[in-house]
Amino acid sequence: MPNRMTRGMSALRLNSLQVHAFLARNWHLTRRYWGWEVVWFFYSLTSGLSVVFIAQGAEALTGEAVGFDVQYLTMYLIIGTLVWRYLSAIFILTSEVIAWERWEGTIEYTLMAPVRRWVHLVGQTLYSLTYGLITTLIIGIAMALFFELDLSNANLIGAGAVILAGSLSLVGIGILASILPLLYPERGAQMTNVVEASFLLISGVYYPISVLPDWMEALARISPVTYVLDGTRAAILEGAPTSETSQFIVPLLLLGFVTLPLGLRAFKAAENYAKRTGRLKRVG
Amino acid sequence: MQAKRPLDMRQALVVDGITKYFHLPKLPIWKRLAGIREQLPAPGKLPAVKNGAKQPLVAVDHVSFAVARGEIFGVLGPNGSGKSTLIRLISTLLTADKGSAKIFGFDIADDEMSVKRLISRVSVDAAFFKKLSPMENLLYGARLYGVTGPEATVKAYEIMGRLGLKRATYSEPMEEMSRGMQQKVAIARAFLTSPILLLLDEPTTGLDPRSKRDVRAFIEELRDSHDATILITTHDMEEADQICDRVAVIHNGKLVATGTPDELKRSIVDNGTLPTLEDVFIRLTGEQLIDVEGAESAPTS
Repeated sequence: MPNRMTRGMSALRLNSLQVHAFLARNWHLTRRYWGWEVVWFFYSLTSGLSVVFIAQGAEALTGEAVGFDVQYLTMYLIIGTLVWRYLSAIFILTSEVIAWERWEGTIEYTLMAPVRRWVHLVGQTLYSLTYGLITTLIIGIAMALFFELDLSNANLIGAGAVILAGSLSLVGIGILASILPLLYPERGAQMTNVVEASFLLISGVYYPISVLPDWMEALARISPVTYVLDGTRAAILEGAPTSETSQFIVPLLLLGFVTLPLGLRAFKAAENYAKRTGRLKRVG
Repeated sequence: MQAKRPLDMRQALVVDGITKYFHLPKLPIWKRLAGIREQLPAPGKLPAVKNGAKQPLVAVDHVSFAVARGEIFGVLGPNGSGKSTLIRLISTLLTADKGSAKIFGFDIADDEMSVKRLISRVSVDAAFFKKLSPMENLLYGARLYGVTGPEATVKAYEIMGRLGLKRATYSEPMEEMSRGMQQKVAIARAFLTSPILLLLDEPTTGLDPRSKRDVRAFIEELRDSHDATILITTHDMEEADQICDRVAVIHNGKLVATGTPDELKRSIVDNGTLPTLEDVFIRLTGEQLIDVEGAESAPTS
């Protein structure tokens, strides 16, 4: 017996309405928590500027013997800051798909709604991609007011392709991390922060991974963030043509093809486990 | 007590021996990874645990009953008796360890998505995004159930108006509303998605008398004008007596009696004086078991 409201409604239309539900809800939440958005914008901008000023101060710190291009280092750090800002926004928002519901006390309502889990995750993911892109653009524009950005040699299309391919992997890893608040109601959200911090450390956001200890460098080679950063820097700093960026795009797509289905399967298994052990309670 | 309308006797809900354990001893991780599940204890026996581990408990113990279409069926029981666990099992938020439940023929385990389309649940604490307004929350819920934005907006205005919510509150954050008002919005959200089976988990607990009366009126309206079947848990015996066609009493996870309020009262009549439903409740949850219409036996389908 179909629900009276969904009788006759095509699956595509129903799924679109449900994706719209998550997009609209997240937009309203962002709007209502606008004060926090201002705080995060200010925090992201100031922390990004603080890192990039290291390049500007390097000459003063090390004396006249500095033999590197300050402008190159500045651009290197700006790219690291902005790409990390975008990818971490995707990771955080995707991984918080359950954490939000726990904070708000709506986990039972949302998870008992007749929504296929992949539709739920598509809604959350689309929002995270849009949110990540818009907020990173705003911070990028603000940073451009402080530093001279030399994009004369940049291949922006190639950089965009690398970032797009990398987004898939980060969504998959975000979904994998989102099962932590399902399995551990009280500490799961904090655990996702540990995962995020680990990516920041090993992926060469502010330095080449070659400076890392061997074991960390080995981990960096399987981090999609490393490939996104290397590919984006090659396209913008070296002006690598789009065809050459395929050496970064292919591994990213492969990682995406592994992490996305793995994330969906793991999420479903974790949801079943949570239902079996009573962890979908709204409190805790 | 107001007259009950004739029931459509097709069964909306059939619960058959449903059982839920918590805190059973965990298997070693290598067994769990291999997909081996914990062995369930024999009826009436719970495994011993090591010092410090949580004591295993059977929250719902081989419960069986059936609810006819259009019926308002009350589940009564003291705190911790298993009422909310039972509701969460039926609403697919928990998986049963034993037994089954079918909603209009759909099994809650095998046909989960079909079941979800038919039900809605209002819990003791209205679950909303507190920073969002009633309208934003209602639109979110409506879209999840396949109601379009324009259609939901029209219906939401109509329903919230009938519930006595002031227009000025429609766009204010939910956290600024009283609990009674929030619970009315929860009822409105259930109306909006036209559930065929509505699960109400203590919907009037903590409400003032006026709000209780309003919520009860809407429960009855939902049944009468929307052809919904309603399963309600409550501590309020007067409420159960007034609105429930039949009630079940649950104690320590076990169903100890089912019947109409009058049947239950007659079953313990003393000295020719008809007791109240509260007297019945106290008698039944004081370990005396009464089988009015075959409680504990499997329902006929």
